[in-house]
Amino acid sequence: MSLSPDEVKKIAFLARLSIQEEHVDQYSQDLSNIFGLVEQMNAAATDNIEPMAHPQDAMQRLRDDVVTETNQRDKLMANAPLKEDGLFLVPKVLD
Amino acid sequence: MEWETVIGLEIHAQLSTKSKLFSGSSIEYGQEPNTQANIVDLAMPGVLPVLNTEAVRMAAMFGLAIGAPIGKGNVFARKNYFYPDLPQGYQISQFDKPIVELGYLDISLENGETKRIGVTRAHLEQDAGKSLHKDYAGMTGIDLNRSGTPLLEIVSEPDMRSAKEAVAYMKKIHELVQYLGINDGNLQEGSFRCDANVSVRPKGQKEYGTRAELKNINSFRFVERAINLEVERQIDLIEDGGEVVQETRLYDPDKHETRSMRSKEEANDYRYFPDPDLLPVEITDEFLESVRAALPELPQVKYQRFLDEYALSEYDAGVLTASRPVADYFEAVAKASGEAKLSANWVIGELSSHLNNNDLAITESPVTAEMLTSLIQRIADKTISGKIAKEVFQGLWAGEGKHADEIIESKGLKQITDSGAIEAMIDDIIANNTAQVEQYRSGKDKVFGFFVGQVMKASRGKANPAQVNEILKDKLKET
Repeated sequence: MSLSPDEVKKIAFLARLSIQEEHVDQYSQDLSNIFGLVEQMNAAATDNIEPMAHPQDAMQRLRDDVVTETNQRDKLMANAPLKEDGLFLVPKVLD
Repeated sequence: MEWETVIGLEIHAQLSTKSKLFSGSSIEYGQEPNTQANIVDLAMPGVLPVLNTEAVRMAAMFGLAIGAPIGKGNVFARKNYFYPDLPQGYQISQFDKPIVELGYLDISLENGETKRIGVTRAHLEQDAGKSLHKDYAGMTGIDLNRSGTPLLEIVSEPDMRSAKEAVAYMKKIHELVQYLGINDGNLQEGSFRCDANVSVRPKGQKEYGTRAELKNINSFRFVERAINLEVERQIDLIEDGGEVVQETRLYDPDKHETRSMRSKEEANDYRYFPDPDLLPVEITDEFLESVRAALPELPQVKYQRFLDEYALSEYDAGVLTASRPVADYFEAVAKASGEAKLSANWVIGELSSHLNNNDLAITESPVTAEMLTSLIQRIADKTISGKIAKEVFQGLWAGEGKHADEIIESKGLKQITDSGAIEAMIDDIIANNTAQVEQYRSGKDKVFGFFVGQVMKASRGKANPAQVNEILKDKLKET
């Protein structure tokens, strides 16, 4: 299986990555190679083996429902390039 | 051509936890912007999410209440999402292994029939923050207080066939999550939100038509209106030779129209994958049993019990079980007073109308269950008549006393049951209204009402009505 240049562009768009036209072929080649690796793994016998959702064979630890955080707004906003009325300002979001 | 509407709803119910789904920040509503967003909520590098037990428990409660299997090893997935109101760049949600699997809910239709609506799934996910589009010099303001708040997304099967059915289903879910105590039911503050997937197809056709998704229609009234409007739009479009495109549409209540927000065709590719920061969530049998044991009485069960235990009418039982606080209030009064029917009448009548007029919830009522009980006891033991009781209620409502007796005492409203006193009043009235007495005696029965009115006026409404009737009849007969 291989990825076409158009598919590479679509994936880049979905991931909000800007890629240069002259690199598309190279990406296409690299990503297709990864597919090759996946196909190789597909050859392994996995009948009767339950898929895992995580490589670690463990279950999620839970925490109690307790508010442990205090207001740290000034510190957390210190690096924000633009702020007003306690809000982060970002380029206009259009739907 | 005859068309059939097909509707499925996605309801986002904010879980009533104290802290966020994956961080220890508070989820309290209405706080100063960004004061409840910590490093996890801001997605600072290196932070890890840690799951809130309570959110898992609440989701499991919901699952049990709709008869659904609970995913014993449910899994969190990342849903790619590029908006600044969720700085992670993805929403942690659940995909192929949700915590709540297929269940159902029965709704009552207008014709009195019951219809079963399938609930495909319900899963845990993070809410996003708020984007404020007010003018910040051409920029958008971001408040991340809500970011990471636990949501239960409840997805229905496309089982509804009209806007009315959709509203009935939405109300039923709204009622259920409040019964379970897992959601505060507040539509205004956005704790309970609804999106509707709407499509039409020629009646009899098996395949579904292309659907449009109506976003964030946040009142029961708007859901009904928005769906009807969208159905009309789609039918007109198809009948004019057009085609419905799959897209997200926004309902504008002011202009009464739905309009396209963005084409979901490409954006729909969320590229879910298991979140490597989170392990599968184990639901043990012991955990599930403890949740089941703590499950409150569900609305349908309560409804049946109210019919059986208090001999209420179906209507009364329906109104009183529509919300848990109302049911609890009624039951407290009914139990303490031993007068179920009278209690039902007062809760549904006088109390509800006062609450509505003052825009108060029953939990905010100035007349507590104990106070209403004291009033009902005085009606039952005939200290006051039903009419005077309204005056006493008014006094309790206005805070003039904590017990009906205080109001009855201070306003001198005690019913006059001393037949000697009533007789004296009646004698007076008969003596002063000889013309009416003549009329009555010559067969004009209607005049009787005039006399009752006069006695009530003389006694300022306090004379026992049954005694008044009896004594009046007697006296008027005399010649």
